[in-house]
Amino acid sequence: MEGWRENIGRWVLIAAMHVAVVVAWQLWVVLGKVESYIMPTPVETFATLLDFQNYNWMHNTLVTAASVFGGFWLAVAVGVVLALVFSWSRRLNDAFMPLIVSLNMIPKVALGPIFIVWFSYGLGPNIIIAFSICFLPILITTARGLDEVEPDLLDLVRTLRATRWQVFAKIQLPSALPYLFSGMKVAVVLAVAGAIVGEFIASEEGLGYLMLQVQVALDTAAMFMAVLLITAVGVVLYALVLLLERLAVVRDARLD
Amino acid sequence: MREPFIHLAGMSKVYRRRRDEFLAVSDVTLDVTAGELVSLVGPSGCGKTTVLKVLAGLHPHDGGTVRIGNAETPFDPTRDIGMVFQQPLLLKWRRIIENVLLPAEILGIARGEARERAQFLLDMVGLAGFERSYPYELSGGMQQRAAIARSLIHDPQVILMDEPFGALDALTREKMNLELMRIWEESRKTIIFVTHSIQEAVFLGSRCAVLTAGPARMADNFEIDLPYPRTLDLKTHQDFGVYARRIYRLLGME
Repeated sequence: MEGWRENIGRWVLIAAMHVAVVVAWQLWVVLGKVESYIMPTPVETFATLLDFQNYNWMHNTLVTAASVFGGFWLAVAVGVVLALVFSWSRRLNDAFMPLIVSLNMIPKVALGPIFIVWFSYGLGPNIIIAFSICFLPILITTARGLDEVEPDLLDLVRTLRATRWQVFAKIQLPSALPYLFSGMKVAVVLAVAGAIVGEFIASEEGLGYLMLQVQVALDTAAMFMAVLLITAVGVVLYALVLLLERLAVVRDARLD
Repeated sequence: MREPFIHLAGMSKVYRRRRDEFLAVSDVTLDVTAGELVSLVGPSGCGKTTVLKVLAGLHPHDGGTVRIGNAETPFDPTRDIGMVFQQPLLLKWRRIIENVLLPAEILGIARGEARERAQFLLDMVGLAGFERSYPYELSGGMQQRAAIARSLIHDPQVILMDEPFGALDALTREKMNLELMRIWEESRKTIIFVTHSIQEAVFLGSRCAVLTAGPARMADNFEIDLPYPRTLDLKTHQDFGVYARRIYRLLGME
């Protein structure tokens, strides 16, 4: 392949930039003589990984990942289905879309304490908070994509007496895919934030919960490590979305 | 005289939006023999596209008569219309051959048969070897060739073209004019070709209908008696200029 060398070069650059930030962080702390309870070095931070008895990293990361992934994929499913329904029925769209936009203005973080009353502690409310925070961008981008068909193209298939289903399956849905993916990319970030907020207020496990536990002991290194692992969960989900996009959408049709 | 294949007599179309009425076109009278290439020329807003949409069955007309088909050449409104627009409107996620096959899929034409015809048409429009390319890999002119192949896939009687070369650069446009001549002669379709280029209208048409704007109505329609096959030399021919001037005069530009 022609682009093979170029690709390798790009990956090396990406890795180098990430490593450079870690090195700069280490130098900053060491040379600046920053107290480690203010800011630990990367070495101290990563060293906490060895103490899995105390922090139970594996379990807590999996719990957080479950809230993030659960809320995210639930949002994709509900967002896409609602977008379909609204594109099929103008009337339902007019009735519900403004309502959904209003409801979206509710600060979901403020709902946390109410969710605890309703659903008690645990994974459930965290998934719901992550879902409620990230589903609107998916709904809006997908609905927009389904509407974004050239009128002339619709005329062309109408002269052939195409059925509604044919128009939908052959034209609307594939042309909405790039929009869906751009909505998903925004939603990843929101899902991570939602899940962590949930763990701050309504959880007994997960990385968000762990952060509150170690904060009391001024164990800053473990807090940093928790943040890094939360970030990693988000990066993995984002990479998964990019991979799916690459498989589902032809290069030229992607929205970058 | 033979019964015309397309018969428009005093056709008019009014668009209504809420309380406003807008006369899109009035008094279009035009008879087209099967196999003719008719240019529909006029300025923006003269109702050229409206005439096409009425012929395509997309809009009902309000007055006059519209009839397509005759005893020799029956017309099926579902299968006998092919359309080409100013933009190629290819589906970005489909390969060229899959794009050409779209109308065949919608009409439920057997896949094997349709693929064979798609291949034949791609050869005819000069896209052999690009079957498996995506639209973005093709130039604007090539994409428009694919759109022409798509309009022919279900073997329709009539091809409606709405400024198909309007978005192309001048040289590509001249080349596409020659290609269209060839495709028309090979396929023997009835083509209604909307354009705002007077040169193009005279060069391509076996007949030319002139529409004027404000009010939108049909000003004239006449046969263009220039020999086929037509080559670019024709554009410097004296008779070509006579026809072109006739249209300029109708449009009040002389």
